Amino acid sequence: MKIHEYQAKDILRKFGVAVPRGYLAVTPLEAEGAARQLGGGICAVKAQIHAGGRGKGGGVRLARSPEEARQHAEAMLGMMLRTPQTGPEGQEVRKVYIEEGCRIARELYLGMTLDREVGRLAVMASTEGGVDIEEVAAKHPEKILREWVDPLTGLMPFQARRLAFGLGLTGESVTQFVRFATGLYNAYVATDASLAEINPLVITVGGEVLALDAKMNFDDNALYRHPDIAAMRDPDEEDPKETQAKEYDLQYIALDGDIGCMVNGAGLAMATMDVIKLSGGRPANFLDVGGGADEDKVTAAFKIILSDPQVRAVLVNIFGGIMKCDVIANGILAAAKQVGISIPLVVRLEGTNVALGKEILAHSELDIIPADDLGDAARKVVAAARAA
Amino acid sequence: MSIYVDRNTRVLVQGITGSAGSFHTEQMLEYGTRVVAGVTPNRGGTKFQGTVPIFHTIGAAVEETGANAAVIFVPPPFAADAIIEATEAGLPLVIAITEGIPVLDMVRVRRYLADRPQTRLVGPNCPGLITPGQCKIGIMPGHIHRPGRIGVVSRSGTLTYEAVKQLTDLGLGQSSAVGIGGDPVHGTDFIDVLREFEADDETEAVIMIGEIGGTEEERGAAFVRDHMTKPVVGFIAGRTAPPGKRMGHAGAVVSGGSGTAEAKIAAMREAGINVVEGPHLLGRAMKEALERRSRHRPAAAGKRASTQAPARKGAASRNAAPSQRGGKSARKAAKRERD
Repeated sequence: MKIHEYQAKDILRKFGVAVPRGYLAVTPLEAEGAARQLGGGICAVKAQIHAGGRGKGGGVRLARSPEEARQHAEAMLGMMLRTPQTGPEGQEVRKVYIEEGCRIARELYLGMTLDREVGRLAVMASTEGGVDIEEVAAKHPEKILREWVDPLTGLMPFQARRLAFGLGLTGESVTQFVRFATGLYNAYVATDASLAEINPLVITVGGEVLALDAKMNFDDNALYRHPDIAAMRDPDEEDPKETQAKEYDLQYIALDGDIGCMVNGAGLAMATMDVIKLSGGRPANFLDVGGGADEDKVTAAFKIILSDPQVRAVLVNIFGGIMKCDVIANGILAAAKQVGISIPLVVRLEGTNVALGKEILAHSELDIIPADDLGDAARKVVAAARAA
Repeated sequence: MSIYVDRNTRVLVQGITGSAGSFHTEQMLEYGTRVVAGVTPNRGGTKFQGTVPIFHTIGAAVEETGANAAVIFVPPPFAADAIIEATEAGLPLVIAITEGIPVLDMVRVRRYLADRPQTRLVGPNCPGLITPGQCKIGIMPGHIHRPGRIGVVSRSGTLTYEAVKQLTDLGLGQSSAVGIGGDPVHGTDFIDVLREFEADDETEAVIMIGEIGGTEEERGAAFVRDHMTKPVVGFIAGRTAPPGKRMGHAGAVVSGGSGTAEAKIAAMREAGINVVEGPHLLGRAMKEALERRSRHRPAAAGKRASTQAPARKGAASRNAAPSQRGGKSARKAAKRERD
């Protein structure tokens, strides 16, 4: 799960991480008031959307006065902000964050995430702050310093010091950096984060260490024990179909093709998309109905798939496993009837009682195109989508 | 031989009274798996279906029944505790089926296991493992499997079934099939299983199924290149997955330019693995690989005392006394060893 910058900063403050003062605003007037509360001097007006790269799209602007802050907010609120991460249509700006300005001496990078290879958290720091860190990793891997955290001890001060010295910090900044990194690590672990990124981390002219930007993502599987984090979810930033799918415990990801897919199992669902592409078609979505593909779930899945106006044909690929194919076939029929499918439907079933399942589909009044294996199913659904 | 489990494996089920635990325990018993104990706190002293004794703790269950493998069906908030309890009780094999365990819980579990090499964890978020005809531990449909000589290792559940079903339909049985799971932090990895299959006399060739995310397939491929003599046929799911989107499995996400299907496929092909374009081609590719092998290396195939039909025929026609070279007698000996 993703949250906004202002929410991440609220969390980090509680863990003793130094962040500039700031206020959220949803109207230009509020923005002006916020700027006044910050002292009326230089402040930043920052669009709050989940996508990164906001600066490049005009989503971060400096204001020299509360009036200018209001003007920037006026221009930003309601605009479709396009960044390298939003896609061409952009993302609507509904909130802005007004933050006090600071005098920057250096821009650094500090991030934390799981290193899957070693099964531990990796803390990464770089002198190349304020730019795309993945580009730095690709072009100058030597400029990224890393420490791996033993979960038994947590991030140790000496590790944070090693990073600080590696970044060329001296004196009081080293102490502040250690406090900062420790706070960030504590926040990460306490909230079950999956990513914490401070880019840029700034050293001010006065030697202060501050989080100028902050990004935090969280482990969906751990949200059950963090109701306060779960409450930070912003449905405006999510695909409504993906939100709806979550309610039915379905895994759904919208894509830009025209062939809807319903599959059981994540691996098989990905493979189904791959084979559609291989056969010359374009999948409209990833959808995993899970192990127990019962009538209710299949009905919900059909509704979500068909709510995408681009979908011209649907492929259902279920490996019955322990569930019997005749039960699944009846579920598909009942769901299809209830939803009222008017576009071609290709169904491939495999597993226990497959013959019986196929017979049920063949004798239904619905116009279902049966398929034998995944290759056959993909060819048929691609042809059906083209003809539709 | 087979790997990890056989007919002597004594299985303990953690969470045996839950809905998934009880359903799959029934399925495992029906398959012939020796389920010797169940564990559900506060349900100790009762019996599952009047036959399998239930205990409050794993320690007590192991002491009483001599269980030597645990399978975990408990819900995600309690799964890390269950894995550590099973490890602490000294079980050599722990299979975690549970899906949705918080990543940081698994980070701690993996750290704990690092100091306890006597316990092997398979999973979590996996279908389990099976040695067909002998022992099924997990949620896979038993009936699609046949005893045989193909090893299967996979990160995905239904894709494994897909591959197994094709093999069985083509007359190719399986020595063992292991699901290593779709979570970013897990126990047994591709290399562990590939090493076992390479060493296992009853495994002739291997199917390896991976997906986007992480670099485990690349490391598995390096192992195949450097240490494996047996043919490997592979597939990677997720070529069409967009970067940054998590495809169901917590581990299936392309991030920061790593974990792409292209990189994995390239590494596997470079290691000599026959990577097919779609999972529906796995069975056929395996059959062809075995036929090529028996054509090109008839002597080697004979020496391996293969139970594969073409190899056996080839050996018999060239050798006046095939029984001396293995064949049936070797299989009988192997069977005795198993029993």
